[in-house]
Amino acid sequence: MNELLWLVPTLPLAGFLVLTLAGGRLSRNGIAVIGAGSVGLSALLSIMIGVSLINMPAAGRFYTQTLWTWMQAAGLRSDIALFLDPLSMVMIFVITVVGFLIHLYSVEYMREEEGYSRFFAWLNLFVFFMLVLVLADNFLLLYLGWEGVGLCSYLLIGFWYRDPANGYAARKAFIITRIGDVALAIGIFILYMNSGTLDIRFLMQQAPLHWKAGSGVITLIAFLLLGGAIGKSAQAPLHTWLPDAMAGPTPVSALIHAATMVTAGVYLIARTGPIFALSPAAQTAVAVTGAVTLLLAGFSALAQRDLKRVLAYSTISQLGYMFLALGVGAYPAAVFHLMTHAFFKALLFLCAGVVIASVGHNRDMFKMGGLRTHLPLVFTAFLVAAAALSALPLVTAGFYSKDLILWEVWSSPAGGVRLWAAGIGGAVITSIYTFRMVFLVFFGETGITPQHRPSMLINIPLVVLAAMSVLSALLMLPSGTGVSLFDSFTGTVLHASVAEKKDVPEFVFQILGASASVAGLVIAYILYLKKTVANRPESSGVAAFINRIAASGFGFDRLYNALLVRPFIRITTINRDDFIDLLYSGIGWYSELLNELLVRTQSGRIRWYAAAIACGAVLITALAVFG
Amino acid sequence: MSVISLNIGLILAATLFSIGLTGVLIRRNIIFILMSVEIMLNAAGLAFVAGGARWGSPDGQVMFIFILAVAAAEVSVGLALVLLMFRKFGSLDADLIGKTGADRDAGEIT
Repeated sequence: MNELLWLVPTLPLAGFLVLTLAGGRLSRNGIAVIGAGSVGLSALLSIMIGVSLINMPAAGRFYTQTLWTWMQAAGLRSDIALFLDPLSMVMIFVITVVGFLIHLYSVEYMREEEGYSRFFAWLNLFVFFMLVLVLADNFLLLYLGWEGVGLCSYLLIGFWYRDPANGYAARKAFIITRIGDVALAIGIFILYMNSGTLDIRFLMQQAPLHWKAGSGVITLIAFLLLGGAIGKSAQAPLHTWLPDAMAGPTPVSALIHAATMVTAGVYLIARTGPIFALSPAAQTAVAVTGAVTLLLAGFSALAQRDLKRVLAYSTISQLGYMFLALGVGAYPAAVFHLMTHAFFKALLFLCAGVVIASVGHNRDMFKMGGLRTHLPLVFTAFLVAAAALSALPLVTAGFYSKDLILWEVWSSPAGGVRLWAAGIGGAVITSIYTFRMVFLVFFGETGITPQHRPSMLINIPLVVLAAMSVLSALLMLPSGTGVSLFDSFTGTVLHASVAEKKDVPEFVFQILGASASVAGLVIAYILYLKKTVANRPESSGVAAFINRIAASGFGFDRLYNALLVRPFIRITTINRDDFIDLLYSGIGWYSELLNELLVRTQSGRIRWYAAAIACGAVLITALAVFG
Repeated sequence: MSVISLNIGLILAATLFSIGLTGVLIRRNIIFILMSVEIMLNAAGLAFVAGGARWGSPDGQVMFIFILAVAAAEVSVGLALVLLMFRKFGSLDADLIGKTGADRDAGEIT
């Protein structure tokens, strides 16, 4: 079964090629079949490969497939080689399965759009690059995937390119993630300079032997890798691109900006865990970044009016949880949360897409309301996902993954009370903004009445994802129950380097986590369902001011604009006629002059030509004789 | 018969060539231009013959026969053109014909 691994990324690539080359000649149905079908087949394959991987003995649960040598120069050799282990298995499962469901949804959702084949082509290309990223056997190939998903993200955010604002959002996303990408590239260079190889598996095995813990080089490498992860996973201070990325179509937001691409940073850190384990400073930086981000983004989410922006900030916040878990060495918890988050956040986005489309492409939650009777299925799905996001106890996957993170943060030596407090505070906020959404959109008085109901193709992904949001909990129930399929599956790769104190039993944290979640629900209920608009906190003095600050994402955009964007634009305006331009305009001026001179020689008088020929002949003869 | 040195032959050829070239450049009458071209051709032929005599080789004279043939062909075509031009423009002034020829449509001269 494993030999077919190469087909998993190849199928979406083939889909992309067919759609790009022949997309204009295909009917909409043909495009949909190729676009969704290629990813569907690859999802089927990856499930089968997953089953065979689970059946392998735990120690040998990895598989390398070298396709061909990509480049070979001096000491550098880079293969196009795929590497499958439980971590990349989880990733390709999430990418292909969630990806397929979102493709299926898009078939109907994007039906009326122009550029239908362009959309599916790029979406397929994205899936391909994402698979390359997580299956890469060496850092160079990983970097190829890393840049590829960035490119697709850019293309798809700016899908509706006729509106300049979308183009701006796309460029912003591209440039800000590029800052992180540069850090990652430099990190890879240093890694290569110091070890002479780019093979990920080899490097991770040799890292503890090769570098001394806490040495300068390894700390530098870890921080540069973290820089890359921060850019891609939209962590503070490079998180400002993600809310603007919501300019893209909703399926894109669901696939790229919630379920897969933004988790690439989490994957990178989980993959290079041994490097981070050698550098306590970088490890702490990961945790602090996560904690700060989850609070910042949580508060910002509380103050948004735009449904998709709430979800964007919520994604940033949940990624913060994953970083927090990575930072304390709780890799299985982080990857488990990555998986559950991919399910329920994709579901939230897909539901939001239906809601937004049904109320005439209006995104303001305050103009919606009472939709639960109009869109019952969407309401149920949204409620399931919202419960998972806010980690309502017992029935949701989000509860188990988030609870695990909080517990590990407390008990890990790298964690501590302060990080845990940020986490539990974030949990309350998460719950508040989640149910603020639910109450504003689905309860209360009816705002805009929806025009149409979603069709079958849209309902199927919603139902499947809702089921996954609940059932994925079964993969890793709390440690007391002994059910930890996920842990035992990924255990060979993700060493939970937590030397667990376990002085406080897990159920205490479950109770605390559950009460945080319920407290948030109650607060949201009081604030957004019981009270009228006038009584809400954001309508009065100080609270309104704070609300404004939070709504603008704590002024990060304004800061960057004042600090970087505007000075840059000013410098470019001053330097409009710089010396390089002078060089080029000089060439133009000189050519014109020469042209005028040469035009005069073409007088049309034959005798002048003859004279010129004679002079030339004399000159050449003179040169030959006397020269 | 005294032997004429190569130098004298070449100087004569160069002088003839210069005269011919000057004629081509400064005369306006096409017939005179043609005659000047003939002088230049013969100057070249003279240089060949002088060279051939110096090295005792027949190549110079062979070459001159070639030049003669080419010159004859050139003159016959050239004079025919001159005749046509005179009929067409009523003049043999090269500059005048160049100007009117440039003003006219190129396709008219058949």
